[in-house]
Amino acid sequence: MGLWDALRGQSKPSQPNLDQLFALPGAALTLEAAMGLSPTGAGAVCFRAAEGQASVTTQQEASALVGVDGGPATESRVDEYGYTWLTVRTAPEDTSALVTDLHAVNSALETQGFGPGLLCSTIGFRDVDQTSSYLVYLYKKGSFYPFCPTGSSTRNTLKERQIRDAVGADLPIEPDTTRWMPIWGIQDR
Amino acid sequence: MARTRFVPDSGLTLRMTAVMFMLGALFVALVVGLMYKFSSYAAIIGVIGIGVAFFQWWYSDKAAMRAMRAREVSPEEAPELHGMIDRLCAMADMAKPRVAIADTDLPNAFATGRSPNRSVVCVTTGILRTLTAEELEGVLAHELSHVAHRDVLVMTVASSAGIVAGMVTRFAQFGGLGLGRSRNNNNSGGGIGFFAVLLISLVVYAFSFVLLRLLSRYRELCADRSGAYLTQKPSALASALTKISGEMNAIPERDLRAAKPMNAFFIAPAVRGLTLGTLTATHPPLQQRLDQLARIAASLGQAR
Repeated sequence: MGLWDALRGQSKPSQPNLDQLFALPGAALTLEAAMGLSPTGAGAVCFRAAEGQASVTTQQEASALVGVDGGPATESRVDEYGYTWLTVRTAPEDTSALVTDLHAVNSALETQGFGPGLLCSTIGFRDVDQTSSYLVYLYKKGSFYPFCPTGSSTRNTLKERQIRDAVGADLPIEPDTTRWMPIWGIQDR
Repeated sequence: MARTRFVPDSGLTLRMTAVMFMLGALFVALVVGLMYKFSSYAAIIGVIGIGVAFFQWWYSDKAAMRAMRAREVSPEEAPELHGMIDRLCAMADMAKPRVAIADTDLPNAFATGRSPNRSVVCVTTGILRTLTAEELEGVLAHELSHVAHRDVLVMTVASSAGIVAGMVTRFAQFGGLGLGRSRNNNNSGGGIGFFAVLLISLVVYAFSFVLLRLLSRYRELCADRSGAYLTQKPSALASALTKISGEMNAIPERDLRAAKPMNAFFIAPAVRGLTLGTLTATHPPLQQRLDQLARIAASLGQAR
């Protein structure tokens, strides 16, 4: 934020950067080849639903948009922090279809002026021994980070760094690791 | 092109800019007034005054934490609080400040620190007990907006005229200026000059006090706005404000006294509190804040 914005005290809500999402399918292939992590076909958009009817209508429209022409159904739930998760489940091998669906949800929210409420988007991967890993997309930074929970509030930092190194060429990875916020309870989603 | 539901309040910006301009003009008036009579000593007093302001700003986080007996908490100690702040910072795209908890019944929260990267957001155990998770999040978003707007820096700079004026008055009491007068060999109307300087500094001090409080109230309104747009739930902040104001009147006398040194510690309100304001008028009246939040709720709820 610039000096003028700080002086006026009227920072505009920051808008999301949606473009980087389409780099995901390439990274999914790399992860499968390099680390044996296969996509689960599940992805989610996490956002803060604004109060008021406009937000409710927009969410319904977004779900309908994804489900059109026999598309996947979306599940919606509100987590303990009050953020809404719209989960999309597609065939595991088709990451690009999943990304297209996630992008449709994002665009629907953004065109209605709810872009500032977008928090992150996640897509899931599974190891051969069934442990889950996630790639999290930070909308406001336009960057990704890996998240590997190992329990209710523990994470595998080493594995996260391995994933970072593996997909570093395919994805813009968030360089500041303090921004790699934990999303506990993501396994339930 | 993405549409935005953010409606800037140009009236507020205009009023705030006017206040800041007047504070700047006051500073210039003070400097010119002092230079006119006591060139060398005025410069020294000015430098000391600005030094005081600088230290206040530079050590604002440590001083405030000590005054409130707050201690920093790790994500393991306060996972919910950290989780909330993590998410809010990710939405606002800002660096995460340190998180602290102060053990007092007073329902309060403040943010301080010299820059967004060196900031602390502190909540009291009283506010943690009083508010629901959603309301607490509204309060945290308000405090994070203070951090993003660099309010500690803005208020310190704005208060420098008042600090220098206060110091001139203090120096005059101890005869520091009398010394300067004889050294300067200023025989013609030296006594009158002394009273003129005292008068100027007192007037500047009084004006800057009033203007600072006004500026502080505008900054609070700004933080309310940005906080409400960040959480997209203006009603949560509104109910938190209502709850805290009610709680403040019902709080035991002991706690109010205990918190007083905190207020007096800062010549400029380097601590951006949410609640003490209803008593000291560094904060706008509740009604005005609720009106603004209602307008934001309307802008978010409009069908397009």
